[in-house]
Parts: sequence; structure tokens; C-alpha cells
Amino acid sequence: MSDADAARGIVVGHADMAQGLVDAVRRIAGEAGAALTAVSNEGKGPDQLKAALEEAAGKGPAVVFVDLESGSCGIAAAYACRARAERAVICGVNLPMLLDFVFHRELPLDELVAHVVERGRGAIRSMRVGR
Amino acid sequence: MPIVLLRIDERLIHGQVVIGWGLQLRPNRYIVVDDQLAASAWEQDLYRLGAGGADVLFVTTSEARERLAEWRAAPERSILLTRDVATMRRLAEGGLLRGDTVNVGGVHHAPDREEVLTYVHVSDADRRDLEAIAAAGAEVAARDLPDAHGVSLSSLLGSRWKPSN
Repeated sequence: MSDADAARGIVVGHADMAQGLVDAVRRIAGEAGAALTAVSNEGKGPDQLKAALEEAAGKGPAVVFVDLESGSCGIAAAYACRARAERAVICGVNLPMLLDFVFHRELPLDELVAHVVERGRGAIRSMRVGR
Repeated sequence: MPIVLLRIDERLIHGQVVIGWGLQLRPNRYIVVDDQLAASAWEQDLYRLGAGGADVLFVTTSEARERLAEWRAAPERSILLTRDVATMRRLAEGGLLRGDTVNVGGVHHAPDREEVLTYVHVSDADRRDLEAIAAAGAEVAARDLPDAHGVSLSSLLGSRWKPSN
């Protein structure tokens, strides 16, 4: 599979959250992080946010990672991916799932989404150290 | 009192409304006045995701005009939302919003709109509609969040704007 056939990732969030996550992935994973694009909702109405997601997703397979499932980012992602078999939305983005994504994005989209969601969920743990 | 907020916001039900305003005003119902959404079940489902368990009504502008008095008298605390100025202006016609405050919470950039606040952009048509809302007896002020400084209608219209007669 060529890089062009692998899924792109778009992270969309409030304020600077998306850029912060993408920067963190690039810092940790290096060039693999280039598969991610950050989109902020700042200053964008619903149509502009949807257009920004459309542009970032391009024509190939894409996963849109959203900070909050509801609200402007989640709704714009749903509009951009509705009835598009080559696009998926994952809500509740975290850094572990993005790191998993950039190293598995050649998987078929459904398999990739399941893999990434499992990794993201599994990374949420409580730690009570020294008790 | 039961309509605790009348707001113009393109994003309708989203974080600022549900968390920023909602935690303070404690609504148990959102009323979305929008002719297009009132006829689209899948979009209604999408917006309901963000309502935090509160009831959500999607109604046309004409239905909203008929039911305003009912909502005001109901025990439910409602936040009423439109996504554009024109819809709120139609709602206000005939003095239906007399004595209310209309909150301008989010109108974003468009080719014919000018930025007056980071979260409010207005076209000449928007300005005329805002004036009409005020002329129909409602106070108009912009405020994105409850603890933000309110911005008056005259500031939204701008000093170069010539008021309609």
C-alpha cells in the first residue's frame, strides 16, 4: 500500500487543542506525525469548519478525531463524514490513540478505527501511587 | 421567566451554550427555532447529543411564534436558539419579544459580513435585522459567555451605520 492509500488523520478541537496534540505526536513519533492535520474551531462558523475538514480530509480514506462528541466540532465532523464510506469520526481524542493511528493507518478503515479506539480507551487509567 | 435565554448562535447547541450558559441558567429544555432543522430528523439527532440530557424541541419559526406564550408559562426553563439574525427578527415581529433581551452569541465570518467582535460578524442585512429586533421592543446585546462583558447594539452596528427610519 502506498502512503497515498493510507488514511489521513484530522484532529479537530476547541481553541489550540488540536494543534497541541498534533505537535505532541510529531515530537514523539517524528515524520509519522505528518499524517495528521490540526483544525481549530476558533473563529469558524459551522460551514467554515466543515469546509476546513473537507479540505484536510482530501479524497482518500480519512479519520476525523474530535475532542467533544457534541458541539461545533463533533457536528461539523458528522456533516463532513456523513454517507462517506472512506471517512470515519472518532470522538474523545487522546494522545495515545493518535500515536497508535499514525503507525497503523494502512489498515482497512473499519479495522483501523476499532484498533485506535481500543488503544485510546485502554490508555485511560487511574493511578494512585504510594498508597 | 421560563425562557431564560434567547440567543443567536450559528452553532446552536454546543459547549458555550450547554456548559457556559447552561451551568448558570440550569435549563431543562432547548428550543431550536429553525425551519430547515425542524424537517431533518438526522440533524436533530446530531444536535440532541450535545444537550446533556435536556429536552430539545426543533420548531419552525411560525410554530415558535404560536407557542412562545405557552413556553413562557411552562414550568420548564428553556433556552431558545436561532442560528441566524433573520430568524430571531421574524420571531420578534409584532412585539413578541418585547421586554426580552436577545443575546448575540455567535455569527461567524462570511463574504458579506464585517467583523465587529471576534465572535460576531454582521452584514448590512444582519444590521437591519438587529435594528428591527430592537425596534420591536427587545434589548439586543452580544455576549459569548455569561461572565463576558456585554456589547451594546450600537457597538454592533458601528458608528458608520446609518439607522433605518
